[in-house]
Amino acid sequence: MSVGTVIFLVVAAVAILAAIGMLLSENAIHSALFLILNLACVAFFYQMLNAPFMAMVQITVYAGAIMVLFLFVIMLLGAERLRTPHGRFAWQVPVAFVLAVVFVVTVVVAVLGGGLRDMPPPPAMTEVEAAAYGGPEQIGEALFTRYVLPFEMVAVLLLASMIGAVVLSREEGFSISRGERLQRARGRRDALSLHHRRQEDLETEDVAGDLTPTR
Amino acid sequence: MEPVSTGAYVIVSAILFTIGVLGVLIRRNAILMFMSVELMLNAANLALVAFAREYAQVEGHVLTFFVMTIAAAEVAVGLALIVAIFQSRETINVDELSDLKQ
Repeated sequence: MSVGTVIFLVVAAVAILAAIGMLLSENAIHSALFLILNLACVAFFYQMLNAPFMAMVQITVYAGAIMVLFLFVIMLLGAERLRTPHGRFAWQVPVAFVLAVVFVVTVVVAVLGGGLRDMPPPPAMTEVEAAAYGGPEQIGEALFTRYVLPFEMVAVLLLASMIGAVVLSREEGFSISRGERLQRARGRRDALSLHHRRQEDLETEDVAGDLTPTR
Repeated sequence: MEPVSTGAYVIVSAILFTIGVLGVLIRRNAILMFMSVELMLNAANLALVAFAREYAQVEGHVLTFFVMTIAAAEVAVGLALIVAIFQSRETINVDELSDLKQ
């Protein structure tokens, strides 16, 4: 067994254990940290697969930006230890495990018994090719010539999602807890304020009350 | 250093994908489910990059790049939704968010 295979097996074991840790840990922060470990292992795989640019993008975008967003939201909501008991769908758990095992066995059989086994290992590249393959120049060249239309579409999509996130987190936007927030604000003002202010606010509350759905 | 075969990467990718599916199926915390979706996307990316090397093409890398971008957009909108839902309902247990059924 070559050095590369040993390294691969060790990193694969760490990646799978990290994924299982994410799945099973009770604390959402621990789950997020396990997922970061898993993403770092996948970045290592990218490096082993001659994809240095994707490895760096994986670390900065996935393990960096996206997971920071996750951790930020978990801490913002205080959702670390939210109990999520199984209600009506508890029967799903054993079914899910059985189907998962079936799927993994299917893939292993397909890979080991099918065409993939007979594929020769990738041809060894010359040093010049290997240095260029998967680098930023090659990917940039592909992105800005053959794939320039998808690239621009993704840019528009990112802009749309940015606007969407801003709209969703605006107070007057999607949020339906506005009446509640008005009530709290009125409570604070009541403590120090004048009678006619309260009359105005009560009118405002009526309007807000119409917007608040009944549960 | 002899390269590891593509099949090995595909098997690891399938295992990670399955763990992601299990996360969506058995966890009821919306944030956890979201992270499991990220794990699935990531497993698919690993298979894409492995096949890109198999064929010595850069297309797989480009597709992985797009998948990462879409994942970032999805996380931004999805987490904004989760925050909005949590502020109005005080819960992110997906079983309790069944108002549309009533």
